[in-house]
Amino acid sequence: MNSEGNPVLTLAWTFGLMSLFAVGGANSAIPEMHRVAVDVQHWLSDKQFADIFAIAQMSPGPNVLIVTLIGYSVAGVAGALVATLAMCVPTAVLAYGVSRLLTRSSHSRWPAIIQASLVPLSIGLMGASGLILAQTSDRTWTAALVTAVAAGLASTTRLNPFWMLLAGGCVGFAGLIG
Amino acid sequence: MPPDSPPVAVPAPASPTSAPPSLIALFVAFAKMSLAGFGGVLVFARRAIVDRHRWMTAEEFNETFALCHFLPGPNIVNLSVVFGSRFRGIAGAAAAFTGLVGPPAVVVTILAALYARFGEVEALRRILAGISCAAVGLLLAVVFRMMMPLIGKRDLVGLVVMAAVFIAIGLLRLPLPAVLLVAIPLSIAITTAIRRRAAA
Repeated sequence: MNSEGNPVLTLAWTFGLMSLFAVGGANSAIPEMHRVAVDVQHWLSDKQFADIFAIAQMSPGPNVLIVTLIGYSVAGVAGALVATLAMCVPTAVLAYGVSRLLTRSSHSRWPAIIQASLVPLSIGLMGASGLILAQTSDRTWTAALVTAVAAGLASTTRLNPFWMLLAGGCVGFAGLIG
Repeated sequence: MPPDSPPVAVPAPASPTSAPPSLIALFVAFAKMSLAGFGGVLVFARRAIVDRHRWMTAEEFNETFALCHFLPGPNIVNLSVVFGSRFRGIAGAAAAFTGLVGPPAVVVTILAALYARFGEVEALRRILAGISCAAVGLLLAVVFRMMMPLIGKRDLVGLVVMAAVFIAIGLLRLPLPAVLLVAIPLSIAITTAIRRRAAA
């Protein structure tokens, strides 16, 4: 599939482009990461993708570091470094440029309109992330139940998410997820 | 690092801001908030920038975050760049960015190496499977919370756009750039038209 090129270059190109299309943050880009990493490039299996998502959620730092894990599994430390920079730098440069521009004309109404237009898009994208991850993770009834309970608790209480991840890990360790 | 919560308004106390931070202070502050940032870095960023260091008022912080939220890419990464550059130009942006991404990226790389080595161990596989189920639940909770205002406002256009993107990406698995190149101009055009009509 990927015979024509250097995998590190493929990582740079893939995530560099994705960076500019991640409307609403890293979690909006999860369907695209899954499509590229699992379906197109065959870097990871479905199960490995779900594992990597779990590791990223358990780690400190911004959500975007899921690409560090994908990069590592493709090309080791170099892959991790390149994927991380490719996902962060283009949008960082854009943010720098836009913030310079906006301090000069801060009373434009465009930011408000753009934001109002993009919020529904990013919710749709994150919903799709949830669906794709649920399809890979929730293969049994207990698994779906863990997801539902975590979603319910996180929506209705201010419980630290760490405890829900820990509880999920314990249920998994007990062999109840299958 | 479960998904960051959607931006919430913070009451702005009229506290004066302190002197602009040095490059090293920027790096250290962002490294600390990033490594502490379990449950979303944003909360820790606000606490450090507004409450502890008083580098910005809550109002300035909200404005900066709103800007970063509509830009593509990881919001908090954008925030570090915009914030750093406001005080120390490009060097400040680089210092804040490196502090935010560098240290946790090292941690995650070590975890990636451990996973590559031990990922097939049965107990670890089971634990990760359980964690990912819970993590999906956390993500869904964020989606629900963000959807509520759209439903509350009966924002039909927003809900249709949301559903269309969900179907295109989640069910049809179309490539993201193609979907967004259609959806973004369309959504902006409709929103602009509706606001014009409302204003007229």
